[in-house]
Amino acid sequence: MKQHFLMKKRLSFLGFLLVLVGIACAAMTMTQFSIANSFSSIPKAMIWGCSNFYPTADSFTNFPDIMLKLQETLLISIASASVAAIFAFVFALLGSQVTKINNTLAAFSRFIANVFRNIDVSIWALVLLFSFGQSSLTGYFALFVASFGFLTRAFMETIDEVGSGAIEALRATGAHRFSIIFQAVLPMSMSQLISWVLFMIETNIRAATLVGILTGSGIGFIFDLYYKRMDYHSASLVVLAIVVSILVIEQISNYVRRAML
Amino acid sequence: MAISPAAQPKMVNDGKPPLVNGRLKLRVLTKSMLAIRVTLIALAVLTVIGFMTFNYQEVHLLKGIATTFVNFKTIFASPQFSHFTFPEAVHQLLITLSLGVLTTLIGALIALFLSMLAAENLSNKTVSNSVKGLMAVIRAVPTVLWVLIFAVSAGLGSVAAVIGMSFHSISYLTKAYSESFEELDQGILEALQGCGAGWWQIICQAVLPSSLTSIVSWTFIRFEINFGVSVAMGAAAGAGGIGYDMFMDSAFYYNLHEMGVITYMILAVAMLLEYLSLQMKKRIRA
Amino acid sequence: MTTLLQFKKVSKQYGSSTVALSDVNFSVNEGELVSIIGPSGAGKSTLLRCINRLIDATSGEIIFDGMDVLSIGRRNLKKLRTKIGMIFQNYNLVERLSVFENVLHGRLGYKTALVGALGFYHEEEKARALEILKSLGLEEQIYKRCDQLSGGQKQRVGIARALVQEPRVLLADEPIASLDPSSSKVIMDHLKNICETFGITVLVNLHQLDVALNYSDRIIGISSGRVVFDGMPSALTHDAIRQIYGSDPDGLNLNVERPKEVAQKR
Repeated sequence: MKQHFLMKKRLSFLGFLLVLVGIACAAMTMTQFSIANSFSSIPKAMIWGCSNFYPTADSFTNFPDIMLKLQETLLISIASASVAAIFAFVFALLGSQVTKINNTLAAFSRFIANVFRNIDVSIWALVLLFSFGQSSLTGYFALFVASFGFLTRAFMETIDEVGSGAIEALRATGAHRFSIIFQAVLPMSMSQLISWVLFMIETNIRAATLVGILTGSGIGFIFDLYYKRMDYHSASLVVLAIVVSILVIEQISNYVRRAML
Repeated sequence: MAISPAAQPKMVNDGKPPLVNGRLKLRVLTKSMLAIRVTLIALAVLTVIGFMTFNYQEVHLLKGIATTFVNFKTIFASPQFSHFTFPEAVHQLLITLSLGVLTTLIGALIALFLSMLAAENLSNKTVSNSVKGLMAVIRAVPTVLWVLIFAVSAGLGSVAAVIGMSFHSISYLTKAYSESFEELDQGILEALQGCGAGWWQIICQAVLPSSLTSIVSWTFIRFEINFGVSVAMGAAAGAGGIGYDMFMDSAFYYNLHEMGVITYMILAVAMLLEYLSLQMKKRIRA
Repeated sequence: MTTLLQFKKVSKQYGSSTVALSDVNFSVNEGELVSIIGPSGAGKSTLLRCINRLIDATSGEIIFDGMDVLSIGRRNLKKLRTKIGMIFQNYNLVERLSVFENVLHGRLGYKTALVGALGFYHEEEKARALEILKSLGLEEQIYKRCDQLSGGQKQRVGIARALVQEPRVLLADEPIASLDPSSSKVIMDHLKNICETFGITVLVNLHQLDVALNYSDRIIGISSGRVVFDGMPSALTHDAIRQIYGSDPDGLNLNVERPKEVAQKR
C-alpha cells in the first residue's frame, strides 16, 4: 500500500517533469533557440568579454560625459518615482479596503492601477516617443507611468495591511477624513511607503537604461552610442557606472530602511 | 545621518513635561522620524533639481501631455491591424511567451543549485555570502545590457536574448529560493543529520519536498516578470516577438492603431499571468 | 434620572440573510454603568457600533440625547460622535505616534479638516490631555511611542483618548479581553471611577460574567441578536444565564472570545 503511494508520487513528479520538458521543447522550436549554439556561445562571450569589455585609460576621456548622463538618469529615476508616489498614494487611499470612499471609486482606481502596471515600461516609452520625442521627458513620463502603476498597487497593500483599527477609532471621535489620513494612515504606513519608493528608484534606474536605448536619452543612449560604434571599452565603463550607482543606492536604501524602523 | 542618543524619547524626569516657548510639545524627535524626514526632504530636493536640469530639447510640456492624451485615445479607442494579421500577431505573442518560458526554466534550474549554496543553513557563511554578493552584482546590471553584451559574440537573436535574460532570473530566483530554504525548521535538518543522512539526502528528502510549493510559486511569479522583460527585449535588443512589432510600429511605421492592438494583447496576457501569480503568492503566504 | 440613550426595535442585517441584531429595545439612564453580556457573535459589538454609526442599523430608531441617530446628516453625525467616546479590545492606537499625540486624537472631532490634518491643538487642550493622563497614571509615558507600552498601558491611553473628547457616554468594546487579570482590574476600576466621579455613562461589552456582576449598575444579556435579559445584577438568575449563553453557567468556558471577532464581522 505504502509502496503504491510512493510509486504514485514519483510517477506524478515524473509526469510534471515531462510536461516541463515538453513546454521547453515547444518554446525552443518557437523561438528557434538551439542549445548547442547557446552552450558554445557562453565561452565565446566570456573570452570576448575578457579581451574587449573592460575600461581602458583611453575610455576614461569619456568619463565626464558618462557621469553627466548618469546624473540625468538618476535624477529622472528619482523624480519619476517621487512624483508617481504622490499620485499613487491618492489612488491607493481610494482603492484600499480600509480607506475607500465607496466601492465604485475603489474599483475604478484598482482598474487604473492594473492597466498601468501591466503594460511594460518599454511600451510606455514607445508610445510617449510620439509626443515628447528624444527628450528626457519621454523617459521621465515612461518611468512615471510605470512607477505609478506599481506603487499604487504596493501602497494599497501596505494600507490594507496596517489595518483598520486606528482608523475606526478616529472615525469614532468624529474626525474628518483628512484628519484620519494624516493623523493615522500616514504615520502608520510612512516607513513602508518610503521603502517602496526606494525600491522603485532602484528599479527605475535599471529600466531607465532600457528606456534610454529606446528613446535616445540618458545613460541608455550613451551606452547605445558606444555600443554601436563598437567602442566597447567606453561601453563597459558605462556598465560599471550603472552597477556602482545601483549598488550604492541599494546600500543607502537598506540603511534608511533600518533607520526608519 | 548620525543620531545622538538625545534624539531618543526622553522620560520626563521632574514630573513636568518640557515646555518650549510656553507650549507643550507633542512628541520628541526619534531616530526613525528623523530618518523619514531626511529621506522625504532629500527626495523632494532631488526631484526639483531633476526638473530644473532635464534636457527638455524644446519640447513643450503641456502640449506634449495633450498630445499624449490624444495618442492614448487613438491607441485604446481605435485599435486596428495593418501590417500583420491576427494569427501572425498571436504567433509573435507566442514567441514572446516562449522566450519568457525558456528564460524562466533555465533560470530556475541554475538557481536551484545556487540557492542551496546561498542558503545559510545548507551552506557555510563564506560561500553563502559570496554567492549572495555575486547575485547582487548580476542584478545591478540591467537585463538589456546583458542581452546586448551577449549579442556581440552570439549575434542578435533568441540565443543572446535568452542567455542575457537568464542572468536576472537566476539572481532573482536564487534569492527567493534560498530565503525559502532558510525558513525551514532547523530541527528537521539536525534530526536528519543526526541520522547520518548525507547532504544530498537531506536536500532530496527534506529540503526540496518541504519548500516545493514556494519554489513553484516563486518560479511562476518570475515567469510573469519575464513576460514583460521579453516584450522589452523584443523592442530594445532584437529578441523578436511582439515587442519587436511594437518597436517597428513606433519607430518606423508611426502606426498608433496597430500599437493599440498590440497593447491590448500584451495587457490581456499580462493580466492573466498576474491573476495566476497572485494565486501563487497566496500559496506562499499560507 | 434622565434617559440618555434609547433603542427602539433596532435591527441589523448583513447581506440578505445574516441577522446581527433583531428587534432590540432598551434604554440607558444618564450616569449608569451598563454591561452588555453574551456569547461570541451574539451581536454585542454591532450593538455598540450602531450607537455612533460606525455601523448603520438596518431599521428601528436610536435616540441619543434627544437626537435621532439614524436620520442625522453628516455634520450632525460628526457632532454626535464627539459626544461618544469609544475604547476597543485591541486599543486601536496609532502605534508609531507618541502617547500624547494619540490622546489628543480625541480632539480631532472638534476640528476642521485642515487643522485636524496638520495636528494643531490648543494649549488648553494639551493641558487637559495632560491632566487626564496624570489621573490615569501615565504622565511618565507621554512621549513614549505607543508600541513600547504594555497592553494595560495602551488601554489606559485608549481611555484617555476617549476622555479628552469630553463625552457624554463611553462605549467600551471588550476592553479587557486582551489583558491579564491585574491589568483588567485596573481598567475596570478606572471605568467605574469615570462613571462615578464625572457622571459619564458607560456601556461596556463583556464576556466575563464575574466582572459584569461586580462592576455594573445594570446588565443587558444578548443572545443571537436579541435582548434576553435586562435588569439589576442581583436579578441575574441561573435560568437567565442559561438563556443568554444557551448552556449551564457552571460548565461555561467564558474566556474563548476570539480577538478577531470584530474584524471578521465587517
